[in-house]
Amino acid sequence: MWGLVGDPARIPEWWPGIDRATVEGATRVVTTGAGLEIHEDIVTLDDIERRFQYRIAGPMVREHLSTLDVLDLGDGTCLVVYSADAEPATMALVIAGAAGNALDHLPDVLARKATEDAREGPAAGAATEGATTEKETS
Amino acid sequence: MGRKILFVTTDQQRYDTLGCNGGELARTPVVDGLAAHGIRYERAVPQSVVCMPSRSTMVTGQHPTTHGVYMNGVPLPVDAPSVAAVLHEAGYRTALVGKAHFEPYLDPFLRFAENALSRSGTRPPGGTHRGFEHMELATHGPLGPLHYARWLQAEHPEAAAGYYAVVDRDLEVNAGGGGDTGAPQVKVNPIPREWYHTDWVAERTIRWLEGLDQGDDWFCWMSFPDPHHPWDPPQSEVGRIDWHDVPLPAGYPERREEREAILDAKPRHWRLWYDGTLVSNYEAPAAWVPATLTTDQVREVNARNAVEVELIDEALGRVLAAIEARGWGDETDVIFTTDHGELQGDFGLLFKGPYHVDALMRLPLVWRPAPAARAAAGDVGGPGVVTEPVGLVDLAPTFCHIAGLPVPGFMQGRPLLVRDGERGSGGAGGVLTEWDSELFGVGVHLRTITKAGYVLTAYLPGTVHDGSEGELYDLEADPLQRVNRWSDAAMRGLRADLLAELSDRQPPPHEPRLQLQAPV
Repeated sequence: MWGLVGDPARIPEWWPGIDRATVEGATRVVTTGAGLEIHEDIVTLDDIERRFQYRIAGPMVREHLSTLDVLDLGDGTCLVVYSADAEPATMALVIAGAAGNALDHLPDVLARKATEDAREGPAAGAATEGATTEKETS
Repeated sequence: MGRKILFVTTDQQRYDTLGCNGGELARTPVVDGLAAHGIRYERAVPQSVVCMPSRSTMVTGQHPTTHGVYMNGVPLPVDAPSVAAVLHEAGYRTALVGKAHFEPYLDPFLRFAENALSRSGTRPPGGTHRGFEHMELATHGPLGPLHYARWLQAEHPEAAAGYYAVVDRDLEVNAGGGGDTGAPQVKVNPIPREWYHTDWVAERTIRWLEGLDQGDDWFCWMSFPDPHHPWDPPQSEVGRIDWHDVPLPAGYPERREEREAILDAKPRHWRLWYDGTLVSNYEAPAAWVPATLTTDQVREVNARNAVEVELIDEALGRVLAAIEARGWGDETDVIFTTDHGELQGDFGLLFKGPYHVDALMRLPLVWRPAPAARAAAGDVGGPGVVTEPVGLVDLAPTFCHIAGLPVPGFMQGRPLLVRDGERGSGGAGGVLTEWDSELFGVGVHLRTITKAGYVLTAYLPGTVHDGSEGELYDLEADPLQRVNRWSDAAMRGLRADLLAELSDRQPPPHEPRLQLQAPV
């Protein structure tokens, strides 16, 4: 799970409505389904704590901080927590709605990827990652 | 070959804006003509007084509690039952042209099918969406990804800026004013009439009808975005009605002291909103204080609203003429209504919210049955009037009835009455309306029943109500709902009876509870 959601460039794989993501250093630019480019600053990317935080730098927001934590529940499962603070509050609601939808679909996304990897073998899995990288940088 | 169905909706239109309902401001000869040859309903009640829940009721035939769209911003599940799907499966060609709004508009991620559709055309992926094989969508202006906005931006981009900007830089509903009086959500719009969304909706409806085979049965939902605010009709048409000559509405108490005394006798969120200290509905501009509303602003808003109503009437006339020209006139049922009303100056307020009074709850509804069907039934087709309460929840069963189909079990309404007393004594149950909002920490919850000349609203606990409040109005003795008789000892028995029916008839809830995903 952390390998997916903890990689800022892989967000199009699990967040419906984000078509493209480009990461350069500590900045990410995502392009939404409506064609809107959102510029973000990566604040925290901690593989040990499994915490990812980013701020939207614009447009349409004055203040924003989203935090994504992956908590190991110790039984082979995990809990993914996404929280967002934003001004204006309307934007927080829009982000939270989309994030909630994305989280709802995460188990299905992971199950599908696991099925694909199992069916096509390790080589195909590597190819999938390669295709993802290409998508991220396009 | 069966009966064709033209279902015409407007957005946020009051009962008293039609000539056939006694309105004297807008000229509405087309709808008046339908009423003269059909049935006019004097107490049509929505199940919610905001767009998404009410429209979801119309398409599902269910109350908001059951379909789950309890407020704007909660999307109707894609797999929700739909009368359009029932008709399509029975062989009807199906279309929705204009405003849908079963899914949120504020959608930068383009997650919702209604918003994504215009990228691919007018035929939904998979063949249908909610049973509609053709969707060509519009809302109140040129923003967003809907078909009308794309068309305007592509064909007449210079006209887009003429519209009022419905949201401000904070994505809040814009409180800015304009026109001659500075009234909120008013703007001079230089757009040519033929590019305005009302005429576009009619034109696209005609084009879809032209593409059908002569023998097709069809169900077309033609959904005008007006006269919902903003009030920015084409400036070329504004001169039809000089706002200086517009009388103040009967529901607008001109003296401030009287206005405020009336509000103070109602549950406290009425006065709190009026004073600008509580906003419980996103679509009421948060930065606008109703207490600042002037008499001239009331006049100008009503004038512009009436112009928009006239444009709709004329657009409908063109569509009906096209249907006649195809030879379908005698076999087409026309139903005209709206999703909810508009305060439009009543009590010194504009827009809408958790206020279950006639301004928002008494709707225009006219059904002109197919003349051939009436003739076959031995009905001479004269005007009919139904005074008993009916609900928008009854529309979907009515469409099934018109099509000769059984009413599916998922629908909670019944086919519309065609005359009073049709259901016998005790058969005319009350009509339910509900409000639930949880927006930015403000929770308001109302349950209402309209029955036998009374409307009763019970308040559930929320952030401004403790659950003991209520409203009870005698609609005949107090048509403006100025005297709240909730605490009147003389009404104790009636209140208990209505509360009991209200409680007993609460529809089953949608499980799981749906999530709010956007402000609107």
